[in-house]
Amino acid sequence: MIALPPPKPEILARRDEIVAALLALLPADAVIHEALRMRPYETDGLSAYRQMPLAVVLPSTTAQVAAVMRYCHDNGVRVVPRGAGTSLSGGALPLEDAVVIGMMRMNRILEIDFDDRLAVVEAGVTNLGITKAVEHEGFFYAPDPSSQLACMIGGNVGMNSGGAHCLKYGVTANNLLGLKLVTPQGDIIDLGGDHLDAAGYDWLGLMTGSEGMLGIVTEVTVRILRGPEGARAMLAAFKGTEIAGAAVDAIIGSGIIPVALEFMDKPCIHACEAFAHAGYPLDAEAMLIIEVEGSVAEQDSLLDRIKEICNRFDPISLKVATSAEESMAIWKGRKGAFGAVGRISPDYLCMDGTIPTGELPFVLKRIGEMSVQYGLQVANVFHAGDGNLHPLIMFDANDASSFHKAEAFGGDILKLCVEVGGCLTGEHGVGVEKRDLMHVQFAPHELDQQRAIKTAFDPAWLLNPHKVFPLLDAA
Amino acid sequence: MSDLIAPLNEAGVAAAVREAGAMRAPLSIEGHGSKRGLLRPVQAARGLTTRGLTGITLYKPTELVLSARAGTPLPEIEAALAEHGQMIAPEPPDTRGVFGAELPATIGGIVATNLSGPRRITAGAMRDHLLGIRFVNGMGEVVRNGGRVLKNVTGLDLCKLLAGSHGTLGVMTEVTMKVLPAARASATLAIAVPDLATGVRALSAGLTSPFGVTGAALRLDAAGPVALLRLEDFPDFVAYRAGRLRDDLAAFGDVTVIEDSAAIWRDVRDAVPLGAMPEDAIWRISIRPSAAPAVAAALQAAFGARLLLDWGGGLVWIAGPATEAAHAAVMAAAAAARGSFTLFRAPAPMRAAVPVLPEEAPALAAIGARVKAALDPFGLFNPGRMRSSL
Ligand SMILES: Cc1cc2nc3c(=O)[nH]c(=O)nc-3n(C[C@H](O)[C@H](O)[C@H](O)COP(=O)(O)OP(=O)(O)OC[C@H]3O[C@@H](n4cnc5c(N)ncnc54)[C@H](O)[C@@H]3O)c2cc1C
Repeated sequence: MIALPPPKPEILARRDEIVAALLALLPADAVIHEALRMRPYETDGLSAYRQMPLAVVLPSTTAQVAAVMRYCHDNGVRVVPRGAGTSLSGGALPLEDAVVIGMMRMNRILEIDFDDRLAVVEAGVTNLGITKAVEHEGFFYAPDPSSQLACMIGGNVGMNSGGAHCLKYGVTANNLLGLKLVTPQGDIIDLGGDHLDAAGYDWLGLMTGSEGMLGIVTEVTVRILRGPEGARAMLAAFKGTEIAGAAVDAIIGSGIIPVALEFMDKPCIHACEAFAHAGYPLDAEAMLIIEVEGSVAEQDSLLDRIKEICNRFDPISLKVATSAEESMAIWKGRKGAFGAVGRISPDYLCMDGTIPTGELPFVLKRIGEMSVQYGLQVANVFHAGDGNLHPLIMFDANDASSFHKAEAFGGDILKLCVEVGGCLTGEHGVGVEKRDLMHVQFAPHELDQQRAIKTAFDPAWLLNPHKVFPLLDAA
Repeated sequence: MSDLIAPLNEAGVAAAVREAGAMRAPLSIEGHGSKRGLLRPVQAARGLTTRGLTGITLYKPTELVLSARAGTPLPEIEAALAEHGQMIAPEPPDTRGVFGAELPATIGGIVATNLSGPRRITAGAMRDHLLGIRFVNGMGEVVRNGGRVLKNVTGLDLCKLLAGSHGTLGVMTEVTMKVLPAARASATLAIAVPDLATGVRALSAGLTSPFGVTGAALRLDAAGPVALLRLEDFPDFVAYRAGRLRDDLAAFGDVTVIEDSAAIWRDVRDAVPLGAMPEDAIWRISIRPSAAPAVAAALQAAFGARLLLDWGGGLVWIAGPATEAAHAAVMAAAAAARGSFTLFRAPAPMRAAVPVLPEEAPALAAIGARVKAALDPFGLFNPGRMRSSL
């Protein structure tokens, strides 16, 4: 288990006074301090970790966020920003002596401009909410995490979230123009703007993926894109993971970058098929879902080229969707992968390392060996084009030793990712989950350099101080 | 510069920085120095160049990744990529023409200035394709950030912070880029538009089409404004989309489809059609595209500015007299459009006298000063380059 920093006793002792002060700054219904009503905020998508906060506030405006931040800063109170709480790394996990700032009431869309291809939205607008607001004109917001129905754009900025289509369209950082930010001191500043590449330091880039440690994002200016004429998926099943990996290399080597290129191993295929009845081949060791875009003729041409490449790798089956419905059926299993694994195992940990794609066969072989060694099942889904691996480690939360084993197994997978030239997290963030593994990827002075940047924004370390960096002995 | 230190490896860079730190003697940081004339003159008696750190250290075409030491000349990298039909997608400009430099840019210099060409509008900027860096900080420590994989959110993203920091935060010694397949074919639609505003609308129409436009520029030729829209993909795709776009955009003006347009875009990338005179100052303004006509009108009225628009109208290249009055007009036009400006080229005394970038709000400037101190506590790197105070 990962330790949380000890609460400051003087803050816990002042709880009533702090709640009263927050009530003076915000409408009464925006301050939550009863245990029962704070319960939903004690955890996030990493539900093995729970911690009740000191209080929860739900501001509706940037000015309210600034007022709370200024008060907390002046009074040495820690703050934990929270979007929808879908973080899989414990990014939104509270602290006992911290005020949680929940962003869900800041859910207005402030501006949409199709000609300039941008939208200005508050941080609590959901990821899918942006696309929903622009799709009637054929536009979309590109990064599409599987959690897009729930997760909020502010949380996406916090984690620099990706999605199945980021091979072509990039992750959150590549699709932002500007942010409105409340600093740890309670100042309101604008970063970037409504144009590309604002001159000066790239504050926008630094903020994205900073996991709520540098400031509270209240507004986001995103790029919106006109969608393609159409898209279609195909499925290719192979006799071995190595063979599927070689097919991925061959597709990319041929100069085709599909919009999506997803990989599933046998346990994952079986779990998804039992759940979604998508018609996945149960005898395959590995399966690819490949999506292409363009006019119908362009789709046909690309899918023909890809089929021709796959045929060189002795596929078990190739299935090309002939309609939007068939594409959806192919995607259905993959999109429900987490839920499907949830049905065969009471609990699972979703890992998120990235590896050089050429290392895929070796890494999958090692994960298989570790699975035997730890006595825990694992299913692998993988953004194959970009090397982002999601092993789902199944365990039983009612059995403490099973959870500890799962955590150790996950840690070993991530160490392996770093060993082969990859990293600890491709899109879910470090949070509390991977905090104590940071030394595997970074030398002490490299972590100190990053800590110094955190200190430059937040000298008192009040904002999400228990995330990302291993706790210092002094803390 | 009287004294230029040219280490042959990363350890040499670190040693030079530690020595400079011990002496509290600031350094100007450069690769080949091809953009020495960009932004403010650096206040340093000695220089440090990465030109001795050369060579591609990793290239895996099927993994879409390339690493090179910071001093590697860009043409060398582009040639290696071309052998595998790949490219650096943001198509960084060759600024030799603008600055009258002899040596080509180094990859480190391009990343440090985050300069991107026409494809930036759809493919992203240099910083979007930067996967990892090694750099020497102001304490003389070698720091790694990012990595060599395409997706990575482990820790704070110092890659983006250093990209575009113009050498003021650290000396990059090696960079790792995401590279992409180059298109097999391209074509350009040239639309003879009646005026600049119509041209910007035509570019917008192209960019909001489903046809994947990868370049959208507006040239103000003597014969009249020409809107340029580029398509890149497999040959049959390009032909189909050019046909569709030609029909869709006919209302904006006469459309010509140009099959072989590489030279057109190379020129746009390098601001050749701007037609800047040797004695002219050059600025770049970044704005939302719909603001371009007002910005253009203001600058033409103020000093008869020569203009070139890229990024669908979101990037305005400006040439005009190297005077503080012209500079004030550029700053005012950028501010009115809530955009950002860069004084790209001007005589050194002018660059030293005026803000070359927009000022930051006080709360942000305070953070900026602390971030600078966190990376470069002794103020060694490129003092004065971006702002007189940093
Ligand atoms: C079923 C499922 C599928 C998922 N699929 C994907 C996927 O495909 N790709 C992917 O990348 N992720 C995925 N995730 C992870 C998660 O959804 C993302 O990390 C998401 O961006 C979190 O958004 P949120 O609004 O829930 O933020 P939270 O979980 O509430 O917070 C995330 C982090 O951001 C900070 N934060 C939140 N709001 C703000 C703000 N306004 N200002 C500053 N900091 C803030 C928090 O402190 C925290 O550190 C998935 C999660 C689940 C449960």
